[in-house]
Amino acid sequence: MNGVHDMGGMTCFGSVVAEDKEPVFHDDWEGRVFAMSIAASGRFGSIDGRRYALEIISPGQYLRSSYYERWLMRIEQLAEQKQATASDDGTVLSATDAERAAMAGRPATRKVGRLEPRFSVGDTVRTRLLQPAGHTRLPRYARGRVGKIARLHGTHVFPDTSAHRLGENPQPLYSVEFAAAELWGPGVNAKDKLYLDLWEDYLDEIGQI
Amino acid sequence: MSDGRHRHDAPASPYLENHRTAEESAELAERTARLEDYLVEKGLVARDALDRLVELYEQDIGPMNGARVVARAWTDPSYKLRLLDDATTAIRELGFGGMQGEHMVVVENTPTVHNVVVCSLCSCYPWPVLGLPPGWYKDFAYRSRLPIEPRAVLKEFGLELADDVEVRVWDSSAEIRYLVLPERPDGSGTMTEVDLAKLVSRDSMIGVARISVETE
Repeated sequence: MNGVHDMGGMTCFGSVVAEDKEPVFHDDWEGRVFAMSIAASGRFGSIDGRRYALEIISPGQYLRSSYYERWLMRIEQLAEQKQATASDDGTVLSATDAERAAMAGRPATRKVGRLEPRFSVGDTVRTRLLQPAGHTRLPRYARGRVGKIARLHGTHVFPDTSAHRLGENPQPLYSVEFAAAELWGPGVNAKDKLYLDLWEDYLDEIGQI
Repeated sequence: MSDGRHRHDAPASPYLENHRTAEESAELAERTARLEDYLVEKGLVARDALDRLVELYEQDIGPMNGARVVARAWTDPSYKLRLLDDATTAIRELGFGGMQGEHMVVVENTPTVHNVVVCSLCSCYPWPVLGLPPGWYKDFAYRSRLPIEPRAVLKEFGLELADDVEVRVWDSSAEIRYLVLPERPDGSGTMTEVDLAKLVSRDSMIGVARISVETE
């Protein structure tokens, strides 16, 4: 979906305002929303589905809300849709379990799926001119653009299907280097680069289009 | 500065008012409490687990972790090589890792290359080494403008880069999380690893600042 969250390249939001001595949470409720999101994350589907839940907040509301307000709306919506499921054995994550889960993380790499990368470091590729109906991690500003494979990251869960419960579809993920001028035109410094991490299904060989 | 915020030259966001009235904040707190009651009642979360998570990210997980990684890389050349080759494993050596740091990449600043990190699509950030992101990193101005005009944004942070320095913007579109290895400052040659870590700022590891040794 071409949503308002995909804001890379917009210039209408004014200056960057940094706060001196900023606390981690500005209000107690922010900490609770953060902790609920983390503690219950496994019960609300994949990280991709949870990101999509933020993206479908209506544009006006998205722009008017702070980061943790959007997180609050997300859990309220997911709870309302009854998408949350208690664990099979009825156990609740204890404080120790919660800490252990945070320290362990949840890798996105897989040993199944498409394991052989189609591209090598140095290959020139063009991103597909996709207009997906649902979740994607290919920003609008980088669609249909020419870049170079800079690094191979291994086989990762594909967000475009994972977000919609259509399977993890694991496939090679690449760091792709773009000249800033390829993305933004001639008004930028010719030396500058931008890197995105892009899945194989976002990429075509040059000459294939 | 009188309002405790550091404002830059360009006009602030016309869309987002950062402050909420007392009534609005009270309503947000009430909604949050209702939600917490519901999730606890449904057996989805335990209150003491929430307490522990808040405490963990307020006290134990923050930029002091990343600063230790940087100081080690500055003082131990073999560690630096491991860090640039496989950051996730090298960072684990110092005891840091976990959620939002499962797949780490470290990018090195040099006199000719300056790296800076953003997440234009949401606000992805390497929690185990930097903690939770500051407000400005999550704000629309940074997310939208850093990709297209990094030099102008860096200038608002007081960092003016020469035209012959190559700027590399890392837009975190997947589960890879980036940490910038800043340049070791001049005049720090005799400092210990512990003292060096104290010099390393959060902003320098995002790439919006450089580090200098205070000469007062």
